[in-house]
Amino acid sequence: MKAVDFDYAQPATLDAALELLSREDVMVRPVAGSQSLGPMLNLRLAQPELLVDITRIAELRTIRREGDRLVIGACVTHARLEDGDYPDVTRGVLPSVAAVIAYRAVRNRGTIGGSLAHADPAADWVNVLTALGADVVIAGTGGRRSVPMTDFILGVFETALQPGEIVAEIHVPALSDRARWGYYKVCRKTGEFSHATGAVLIDPARGVQRCVAGATSGKPVVIDGPALFAGGCTEAAMAAHLAGSPAADDPIALRTHTVALKRAIAQVMS
Amino acid sequence: MGEVSTAGSGAGSGVGARVRRKEDDRLLRGRGRFVGDIALVGMKELAFVRSPVAHATITGIEIPEEHRGAVFTWADLAAGGVKPIRAVSGLPGFKVSEQPALADGKVRFVGEPVAVCVAATRAEAEDIAASVFVDYAELPVNSDMLEAVTPGAPKVHDHWPDNVFLETNVGGNIAEIAATAPVKVSRTIRTARQCMVPLEGKGVVAHWDRHVEQLVLTTSTQMPHIVRAGLSECLDLDQGLIRVVAPDVGGGFGWKGLLQPEEIVAAWIAMRLDRPVRWTEDRREHLVAAANAREHHYEITAYADARGRLLGIEADAWVDAGAYSVYPFSACLEAAQVGSILPGPYDFAHYRCRTFSVCTNKPPIVPYRGVARTGVCFAMEQMIDAVADAVGREPWQVRLENLVPPEKMPFDNVTRKHFDSGDYPESVRRAVAAIELEGWRARQKAGEPDGRLIGVGFATYCEQSAHGTAVYHGWGIPMVPGHEQAQARITPDGGLELRVGVQSHGQSMETTFAQVAHEVLGIPLEKIKLVHGDTGLTPYSTGTWGSRSMVMAGGAVATACRTLAERLRKIGAHLMQAGPDGAVLEGGSVKAGAAAVTIREIAHTWYRAPQLLPADVDRGGLEVTAGYKPGSDHGTFSYATHAVAVAVDPEIGQVEILDYVVVEDAGTMVNPMVVDGQIYGGVAQGVGTALYERMPYDAEGQPLASTFADYLIPGFTEVPHVRIIHMLTPSPYTEFGVKGIGEGGAIAPPAAICNAINDALKPLGVIVTNAPMTPEVILSAIAGKRGAA
Ligand SMILES: Cc1cc2nc3c(=O)[nH]c(=O)nc-3n(C[C@H](O)[C@H](O)[C@H](O)COP(=O)(O)OP(=O)(O)OC[C@H]3O[C@@H](n4cnc5c(N)ncnc54)[C@H](O)[C@@H]3O)c2cc1C
Repeated sequence: MKAVDFDYAQPATLDAALELLSREDVMVRPVAGSQSLGPMLNLRLAQPELLVDITRIAELRTIRREGDRLVIGACVTHARLEDGDYPDVTRGVLPSVAAVIAYRAVRNRGTIGGSLAHADPAADWVNVLTALGADVVIAGTGGRRSVPMTDFILGVFETALQPGEIVAEIHVPALSDRARWGYYKVCRKTGEFSHATGAVLIDPARGVQRCVAGATSGKPVVIDGPALFAGGCTEAAMAAHLAGSPAADDPIALRTHTVALKRAIAQVMS
Repeated sequence: MGEVSTAGSGAGSGVGARVRRKEDDRLLRGRGRFVGDIALVGMKELAFVRSPVAHATITGIEIPEEHRGAVFTWADLAAGGVKPIRAVSGLPGFKVSEQPALADGKVRFVGEPVAVCVAATRAEAEDIAASVFVDYAELPVNSDMLEAVTPGAPKVHDHWPDNVFLETNVGGNIAEIAATAPVKVSRTIRTARQCMVPLEGKGVVAHWDRHVEQLVLTTSTQMPHIVRAGLSECLDLDQGLIRVVAPDVGGGFGWKGLLQPEEIVAAWIAMRLDRPVRWTEDRREHLVAAANAREHHYEITAYADARGRLLGIEADAWVDAGAYSVYPFSACLEAAQVGSILPGPYDFAHYRCRTFSVCTNKPPIVPYRGVARTGVCFAMEQMIDAVADAVGREPWQVRLENLVPPEKMPFDNVTRKHFDSGDYPESVRRAVAAIELEGWRARQKAGEPDGRLIGVGFATYCEQSAHGTAVYHGWGIPMVPGHEQAQARITPDGGLELRVGVQSHGQSMETTFAQVAHEVLGIPLEKIKLVHGDTGLTPYSTGTWGSRSMVMAGGAVATACRTLAERLRKIGAHLMQAGPDGAVLEGGSVKAGAAAVTIREIAHTWYRAPQLLPADVDRGGLEVTAGYKPGSDHGTFSYATHAVAVAVDPEIGQVEILDYVVVEDAGTMVNPMVVDGQIYGGVAQGVGTALYERMPYDAEGQPLASTFADYLIPGFTEVPHVRIIHMLTPSPYTEFGVKGIGEGGAIAPPAAICNAINDALKPLGVIVTNAPMTPEVILSAIAGKRGAA
């Protein structure tokens, strides 16, 4: 199939982009790497009248250190995060996770901001940035606001973004020297989306003991505290944590989620 | 991929040489010319309105005023005299379906074309398609073949008494064995519905050529001559008014081995509008409307003695044939073939098999690489392992116990299949050695540090190829292959043109047929040109299917070249003033003693200096059309044993292939590299059947996958490194002893991988019997056991 007829703009500044995105006379949509939107356009699941390409906006493509945080522009590609030309404050989380998103051709174009805005529960950044305790900076014509990941992803393909707003930056807190992390996802094959994701972080200096169960057909499930780390990652425990999600009622899905998290935990315990 | 190949000296460029492919210079540089590359002045693009429901009566089609004249329905085609596709089998009891190229008041599967829209671009044609409103009155749906055969099931074709295209019964002498056999094992086995996903989808350009007053259909097909015959029937147009051309074709696997409704529509529109039109299938159309291969269900029982020697096999088999019978293979080829080939390469005496070609609200089934063999091998090879398990022997030992031994060749099996040659047991022994079974058994015992379970599996099959006249006459379908024709023509400068009616769509024929001709005539490969896939330029052929092209068209090329060789030899002898008896054709020259005259010089004489020819020269000159059939209508039987080692993760149900070995016998290999390539590609597809590919349907007949995000195929990281070991038993019936091998690679992987998984799962006491063996299937099997315990 082919996309419907649409107009295309490629503004050079954030203000210009936000101006276009706030138009109410046409159906307007931002586009970054187009790795998720492209297929939706071609399947005519998305039928915008105007696409605003935000990838030429210089400020959205920068990575910088600001105190104890790393500030990543929304249009930074997975490939760049994989290649690591920035002060990695995450003890390898960012490059390692970027490297297992899809395959290189997708990573060359796909962006961290697009991934969050798309909010597929199986997406890597959706779960990993939740585990890392990142904040999302949202920009609109009315200004900027910062939202923690746990409040940004609201559900399947659902975020805190309001019409006309875009993700501008992602703020990732620096891990302390003794922080340890684990990540495991269950994929049918290389480059496929995950069926169950486990992301865990232990950072004693900052008092973090966090497990995230992802790809649960809902927002990432955050389980803070020591319980799961101390051998508590059982199907029974997970059934309670996943309560309400379809995964809790399907024994095979429950098992797979438990295993994914258990294996992520094993990485920090070894 | 790729490793040892024991055959093929690599020397020279005739039969047996591992020469590079002539077509690669074009194809690998992206310079091929596919349907999508064709640009004709004024060409319009087509998009189809397709049914979103599986079964419904069409109560109205509304075309917006502004698009009148750009949208056509069956009413238009029927008024223009177009007839539905009828692919009838002569087998007794076959029920005939009529498939109109656009739905005629009723739709019978999701994706069925209902109307066609014409515009300058595909996107605009889709805009028009989106504006057409079709009113569907939905009917109850047959989404599962087993339910479709129960009493009271809704009928796909109203005037039929039930939903069975054809029932067949083979054998029957089983009751006594069933009552007395020491070992009896039964299984329910299923393979999923698949799509064939060639790299290039289907595509067609149609236009009327004023100069020759012909409809020219350039189509991505495996069988141009058959498409012409079918078009002629449906359009009621003389065959002489139709030319069908296959350009470069990017894979077919069976999906391009049929007359398609879209071809009829494109042809009719081109004539109606007097303009070139094109339709190119996109991936979504392919996945939804062309989900059409492999769906088998078996209830099967094996009887054996205490050593595991097979006494008999008894089976009921259902094939989901979808809504219509496809032209030319019909709706029953697949199931009827199950009945005749289920016994596999084994020698046993008692057999009964009932088959049902079931009509459902799904796309019509089409023979896919390996046709019924992939399903049959999946079923039969599981039974061999089940018997082995029951008698406590290694599965390979039970195979040795039952395979037809070499001293019995040629051999007529229980269904009268004539196995031409080979050493089937030796393929098993070599596979056992090559996979290093002992090492895996030791590793199994020791256990894996990561908790995964190791398993090794084997599967053996034999594959009939190049089926001949008697075999196809038996099916009674619209196509029966006779003598395959080839034309060989020496050009005035001493080159060679070959014309064949088969169509290369990945088989490397431009290279391999040249090698055959080179073997006979000694003309260098670069001076040999293959012309193929064009009804206007080539002799009639049923086309490329059934692993037949090298046996049949290769045989015809050799035959034509031999006749040419004799004519060249006589003219050459005359030019040297030698007697014809002493002259020989060798290395591209006719030689008599120390004298020699090249083919180029002979060609020059025939075309440009005929005054020098002998008076009694053959008036046919340097152009020959010759027909060929192998010595047996049963064709050839290539065979192989596949061995695979896997690691199964019992916690998440995932399977990793650790090693894969193919020991196969293609007879004489014209080009071992090409044979290897066919095997690699086939194994990749077989891995898809085994572990990934399934088009799921819901109860309403909705296909639940429509992109590669949901319909998984193996990628380069999932396809194992395949080690190939060749055995070389020439067929006694063919030129050079070649055997057909195009499909074989895709036959055994699901069976071998299933047996390996079950070997791995043995400590857990569970088995899987359905393909694809997804994590869900494996985890359900394990969970079932846990639940029961
Ligand atoms: C074959 C394939 C495999 C994949 N596998 C994986 C995988 O394993 N793991 C994984 O995580 N992802 C995977 N992806 C998705 C990939 O990571 C995409 O890059 C990502 O989902 C979207 O990023 P994008 O820049 O391409 O966004 P786009 O496709 O351009 O946009 C996606 C959506 O977000 C909106 N949008 C984009 N940027 C912004 C912004 N800054 N602010 C607000 N809205 C915005 C768009 O309007 C659109 O709705 C895969 C994609 C493909 C094609």
